[in-house]
Amino acid sequence: MNKPNKDIAIHCDSVSKNYKKVEALKNICFDVKRGEIFGLIGPDGAGKTTLFRILTTLILPDRGMASVDSFDVVKDYKEIRKCVGYMPGRFSLYQDLTVEENLNFFATVFGTTVVENYELIKDIYQQIEPFKTRRAGKLSGGMKQKLALSCALIHKPSVLFLDEPTTGVDPVSRKEFWGMLQKLKTKGITILVSTPYMDEAVLCDRIALIQNGQFLKIDTPKSIVTQYQNKLWAVESDKMHKLLIDLRGNEMTRNCFAFGDKIHISSPLNPTKGDLKTFDKNKIEEIILNNGHKNVIISEIEPSIEDCFMQLSQK
Amino acid sequence: MKQLMSFIRKEFYHILRDKPTMLILLGIPIIQIILFGFALTTEVKNTQVAVLVPTTDEATQRIIEKINASTYFDVVAKIHNTEEIQPIFRDAKAKLIMVFEDHFAENLRRTGKAHIQLIADATDPNAATSFTFYASNIISSYQQELLGQTTNPFQITPEVKMLYNPQMISAFNFVPGVLGMIMLLICAMMTSIAIVREKEMGTMEILLVSPMKPIYTILSKITPYFVLSCVNFATIMLLSVYVLRVPIAGSFISLVFVSLLYIFVSLALGLLVSTLTNSQQAAMLISGMGLMIPVMLLSGMIFPIENMPIPLQWFSDIIPAKWYISAVKSIMIQGLGITAVVKEVVILSMMALILVTISLSKFKVRLE
Repeated sequence: MNKPNKDIAIHCDSVSKNYKKVEALKNICFDVKRGEIFGLIGPDGAGKTTLFRILTTLILPDRGMASVDSFDVVKDYKEIRKCVGYMPGRFSLYQDLTVEENLNFFATVFGTTVVENYELIKDIYQQIEPFKTRRAGKLSGGMKQKLALSCALIHKPSVLFLDEPTTGVDPVSRKEFWGMLQKLKTKGITILVSTPYMDEAVLCDRIALIQNGQFLKIDTPKSIVTQYQNKLWAVESDKMHKLLIDLRGNEMTRNCFAFGDKIHISSPLNPTKGDLKTFDKNKIEEIILNNGHKNVIISEIEPSIEDCFMQLSQK
Repeated sequence: MKQLMSFIRKEFYHILRDKPTMLILLGIPIIQIILFGFALTTEVKNTQVAVLVPTTDEATQRIIEKINASTYFDVVAKIHNTEEIQPIFRDAKAKLIMVFEDHFAENLRRTGKAHIQLIADATDPNAATSFTFYASNIISSYQQELLGQTTNPFQITPEVKMLYNPQMISAFNFVPGVLGMIMLLICAMMTSIAIVREKEMGTMEILLVSPMKPIYTILSKITPYFVLSCVNFATIMLLSVYVLRVPIAGSFISLVFVSLLYIFVSLALGLLVSTLTNSQQAAMLISGMGLMIPVMLLSGMIFPIENMPIPLQWFSDIIPAKWYISAVKSIMIQGLGITAVVKEVVILSMMALILVTISLSKFKVRLE
């Protein structure tokens, strides 16, 4: 990097990566500010893990350059490895070692001791400390995540990479986990976190929506939601599966997708011939009732990140 | 240094906590030595013998009596022509046939020379060597008897013919062979699996994204298996000396030196395999099929190298176990000094150097 900027923790400039013919990442550009929680939001196979591996120096980008803490991921990979914490998507600790042994081992690997940085992990580690003589393989999903986070934090990294840390974790533990990330943020640690769960996006300072190796948008969650211009309705009826097919079949209500136990319909993306004006609750109701549905409930709703993602990915 | 020690301790935890694998690794040498040992010491008792006597005379009768009187043999059939030899072996009526030449006693008297052919069923080669040896001994004891009676120098030449397995496996062959195999199994296979396991479990990712030097990772992976191999070496030595009574004829120090060199080569091989593979199964297949089988088949442990087609003989030259087994035989069995195995030591050292260079340069500091 030409001019090291202390406020930028992660810098990516047109990074691309191909796996044979598959383009895993296309021209990724973004900056993560120091002390920020930056979320990568996208479905499986979007390229999140590839980006993580490039930034943690595990794989080389085909084109473009990236730096972490002003160190180049290709040239200065040894420096980066000293100062980042990385928690891979899969639980990657030693299952046949106990909680305590895992933590001690990773502390020594990073040339530190548990005592030295205990303050940083105290809140997290205290929750699993009663089980410290238990083998890591025998922990529950949430406890495994806490242990993995403790191990990734034990050397007080300046940047923390968390690849899908909450996948496969129960809702309560997920909530707790995000609470811990907020606490770490106050200690000045930059966090890059990826997740397939859209509802976690609002907990980040800024997010990047990623699909098929491309960033759709980078902004604060709030701003992304306010930029959603179309109207949005949630509908349900007695025959949900048929409802989705019926709605997709109609030119007017084609922009719909299943969202939990409801179906979200947005007004047409490119309104022509005054579509937008005539397209309203009554119109939708008419279409649905014409297809023979009963118990129809339609309500206008505020868009969520997922709605924004769906709209952006259709463009 | 602290990093390394902690890493090595972790590796020992892995091995010590995987009790079944550890038992297998420590048990294999014992089981193999005992198994081979019993095959070797097959008691030759009451072996069925058939005799082919074209002309019965006092000499042939005396020999047959002596054979029958010994605890080793039972004479079960007397035949009179060569056509009957095959059916006897085919129906497993006898394991050994003694064929006296025509006019045995007469030849002995007139020329002082007579011939007996010993035809053995060598499907069990160890047993066959033993009983032909015993039979030859009995014949020469008869010769001694004759010598005591007269001044004429009598000479009976037993001519031994091994059926079915003309190349005999040397009786002391298997101790060096087992040594060569076990070392390779523990060092190459287990080391490669241990490294590849980290890749498979995803822990390699974390280790790579850490200040841990790759050489530390390698060192700490090979140390426990080095220790384990030394334990196995000691076990095999103790068993072969005290249970099988195979003496260490040469210098024990030289033997240890050559073995350490071979362990080093095996570890380097394991390291190489680990850099080439990404799954434990692949590592096991490559070291199992790719290393173990050539060692068993092409190192001279089971099949003599001299009997192989020329291309296979060349191929056997690149198998470290061949050189190790040959060196161990020279030192342990033949009792030669380290100077006799300079060639083997040089070749093994070269192999170690090449393998370590390749695998260190191939060791990936990234995932791809």
